[in-house]
Amino acid sequence: MTSMLLAMDYPGYVATGWLGAIGLVGVYAFATLRRGRKLSRRVPPGDRRWS
Amino acid sequence: MTDRSPDLDADVDVDTTAPDHTGSPATRVLGLAALATLVLWALYGLVWSPPDVNQSDAVRLFYVHVPSAILAYTGCFLTAFASGMWLRRRSRGWDALAAASAELGLVFVTITLVTGSLWGNVTWGTFWTWDARLTSTALLAVMLVGYLALRRVEISPAGSARAAVMGLLLVPNVIIVNRSVEWWRSLHQTSTLMKLEPSIEGEMLTAFAVGMLAGALVFAWLLIHRFRVAWLEQQVEQHDLEAAVAARRAEAGVPQTTKTTEAQPV
Amino acid sequence: MWRDIALVAERDLRIELRSRVTANQVAPFAVLILLLFAFALDPDRGILEKATPGLYWVAVLLAGVLAINRSAALDDADGTRDALRLSGLEPPAVFLGKVAAVAAELLALEILLAVGVAVLYDAELSGFGLLAATLVAATVAIAAAGTLYGALVGGLRARDTLLPVLLLPVLAPVLIGATRAFESALGTTVTAGWAWCGLVGGFAVVYLVAGSLAYGALLEDS
Repeated sequence: MTSMLLAMDYPGYVATGWLGAIGLVGVYAFATLRRGRKLSRRVPPGDRRWS
Repeated sequence: MTDRSPDLDADVDVDTTAPDHTGSPATRVLGLAALATLVLWALYGLVWSPPDVNQSDAVRLFYVHVPSAILAYTGCFLTAFASGMWLRRRSRGWDALAAASAELGLVFVTITLVTGSLWGNVTWGTFWTWDARLTSTALLAVMLVGYLALRRVEISPAGSARAAVMGLLLVPNVIIVNRSVEWWRSLHQTSTLMKLEPSIEGEMLTAFAVGMLAGALVFAWLLIHRFRVAWLEQQVEQHDLEAAVAARRAEAGVPQTTKTTEAQPV
Repeated sequence: MWRDIALVAERDLRIELRSRVTANQVAPFAVLILLLFAFALDPDRGILEKATPGLYWVAVLLAGVLAINRSAALDDADGTRDALRLSGLEPPAVFLGKVAAVAAELLALEILLAVGVAVLYDAELSGFGLLAATLVAATVAIAAAGTLYGALVGGLRARDTLLPVLLLPVLAPVLIGATRAFESALGTTVTAGWAWCGLVGGFAVVYLVAGSLAYGALLEDS
């Protein structure tokens, strides 16, 4: 059955999909935090008090 | 920080509430909750839920695909809503929200397209078909890229009518594109996606629900941080603008009315 | 209101008559696109005839973007935007006037391209009622959306490169609808031609309304 042959490929696809998604969100989150840190240094403290 | 002007150093007593980053106690709690549900989602999605009868393990891509698609469209609608509110109120916060949600929308639309084509290659044997939903999601991605490109070239600290109008137009555009593409494809072939979509129940339903929850928490966490980045960007731009005006004044020999801290931004 | 619309349309068309940018640069470019398609898709293989409606509208869109960019550029020079804002003309009237001028230029381009397609691609034109209705609907749709997005990027240094990126995805439904309607008119495929023509017309109405509402805010902004 072809579906069984295809089944051997599934873990690769699933792993790519999951890792790709988590990786992209992770990289984006990291970049956003970094941007925030860099910008914070240029802004007076009064303008960055998060409540 | 050594180059702070004296009047800013007078604020030292409040420095504990003005961190050098975009985090706050609330986002830390939210972040931890998001991480915990992410782990739970991975366990449900990859380990505890059974493979589908028809699609075997390929169904596991759906636990990423569907939540990210919903979040992508959420980001798009949030951008339009914030843009509309900006046009009414003209307040910085709405502009920052529009910027933040558009960027998040682009991140999640990318994930949607990638996981969608991976799933398509497993199930249909091709990475891309001109399926109505695929095509309109791709166009949404292009529109978000365009919106962000417009924001990038336009530098005005308090937001602009251009960005707001374009953000507001995202929703009618998405609806018109989606309807027309749906109609265009349906004249050729019936949507194959519908037939293959699994009827979900039991552990699979839980995997979906946890995926949605995890996605929503991650989205909220990212949105808050990105919103604060946009807010900081506005402050920096405002500051640079004032510095430039002051520098111009000094050049022209007009007595300075505002104190300049740095004429040359780093 | 009508007088204002006519005034703005007349201004844009008069500039075109004097500068002849659309006539001397955009129109040759449009014909050039038809030639390029012929080079890419060998005329002897019959692909051109089958694809004529689609190629025609792609040519219209690409040339149209240039005409729209030109129309947006008119307001960028010499503080024209400020003059328009202070002129007392209603912003919706300015918008509709510019749409009318762009639509007139587009219609001329489309007729030229139709002749080009008939001559170069050996296309047999038929179903003239549907052809004419689609032509008018699509022209208004492209002009309305184009003028709105032209105002969106007007005054920016990146205007020339930004306009196509923002405008073309938005015009995708017009391309689909107008192409299907033309296919139906020419009899290449059996589709609901008038329904597609209606879709393009609906798009035109949506953008005429949206542009009239948004133009004031865009004029103020820049």
